[in-house]
Amino acid sequence: MAAGDDLKLIGAWPSPFVTRVKLAPSFKGLSFENVEEDISNKSELLLSSNPVHKKVPVLLHHGKPICESVVIVQYIDAWADPGTGPSLLSSDPHERAVARFWAAYIDDKLVASWMQSFRGKTEEEKSEGTKQMFAAVETLEGALRECSKGEGYFGGESVGLVDVSLGSLLSWLKATEMMSGAKIFDPVKTPLLAAWVERFGELDGAKTALPDVDRVVEFAKMRQAQAAAAAAASEN
Amino acid sequence: MAEPVKLIGTFGSPFVHRAEVALRLKGVPYELILEDLTNKSELLLRHNPIHKSVPVLLHGDRPAICESLLIVEYIDEAFDGPPLLPIDPYDRAMARFWAQFIEQKCAKPFWMALWLNDGDKREVFVKEAKENMALLESRLHGKRFFAGDTVGYLDFAACGLALVLGVLAEVTGLSLVGEDEFPLLRRWADDYTSEETVKACLPPREQLVAHFSGKKDRIKLAVNAMACQM
Repeated sequence: MAAGDDLKLIGAWPSPFVTRVKLAPSFKGLSFENVEEDISNKSELLLSSNPVHKKVPVLLHHGKPICESVVIVQYIDAWADPGTGPSLLSSDPHERAVARFWAAYIDDKLVASWMQSFRGKTEEEKSEGTKQMFAAVETLEGALRECSKGEGYFGGESVGLVDVSLGSLLSWLKATEMMSGAKIFDPVKTPLLAAWVERFGELDGAKTALPDVDRVVEFAKMRQAQAAAAAAASEN
Repeated sequence: MAEPVKLIGTFGSPFVHRAEVALRLKGVPYELILEDLTNKSELLLRHNPIHKSVPVLLHGDRPAICESLLIVEYIDEAFDGPPLLPIDPYDRAMARFWAQFIEQKCAKPFWMALWLNDGDKREVFVKEAKENMALLESRLHGKRFFAGDTVGYLDFAACGLALVLGVLAEVTGLSLVGEDEFPLLRRWADDYTSEETVKACLPPREQLVAHFSGKKDRIKLAVNAMACQM
């Protein structure tokens, strides 16, 4: 662990985007100070560090803020000493472009549809979200086949940007599986991804950064109850 | 011998423009293949099956690269020539952050505000667009371009504002980026479109006006349909 990196992460444990940022230094052997934010009562530090979006995660490096999870992960990878751990991005420009494409796809298609399946205002919206989420997962199976080149990760032999982007969602996706009873990473339909989920989850970096699934389930149920109560209250 | 570079694009698209200007700044010769997006070619659908959109960059035999800002980053990394993104990792992170902001917080509400029929809904987007453009305006203090003295990645990210600002204001009758409210953005738009390399790949203004006037009804239909689902 490199001392004096002066890395501070303003985050909130339930956020998969915060988890994403935690994974990067975890895999690169970098230490950082974790500042847990109460999202319902945002701190002055968060608001001044991210005045544009007022959201977590924010990485402070020697006090300078960097926001947006994929931007932060790339920053950590670019800045960190090569001796700290393998790069999350290949040195080949084409492989880098492909990795960035899939990282963006994960957020634009998988996360967006998964959120809709949870937070959709009608049952129809939610089920459309679920349908699109499964379609995105199938597409990612193809992406894994293409990017891994027979190795275990999207990054090839070692974890890369796409592994971190998708891996950050694992606790939430597993929680969703537990709550809905449906398998998102079906070993029959998406065998490569199902194996990847097991493999990724066993990594020390993942075990350190990913929140406990049961805790996420409890949190999700609480949020659903709050949303239901708010909806009922607004109808009166 | 250099591998051939092909860019699949469409007329008048700021997204395609980003890739073109990046290639030109690096001095990379390319073939531009123009698509009719109402009748997408097999070439486009084969190379971008996921999003089915332009631009798409084909470099030699390599699989296609899609998404305009990713294409710009690729061009920056794959070819020699002046850097398009900042060298310093922190400055690069800032450029990527603001590019994302422009896409999600400026371009989107701007586009919705221009074409919505419903006055109330339009006002909501106008307010959001203007608030966010004020933040963008503040990034130009003391600078000619977002990237500094010469154009770069963040200017390309914002190019939609420059390219279609005046054009779309004329076509829709709506001016969202007034000279009084956003003097720096207006000045930047003029400087950007006059820049030598940018100008060389920009269609004449009259052609852009004619193009968007012709598409007006189709765009309005699509945007208003989208707004109903929101």
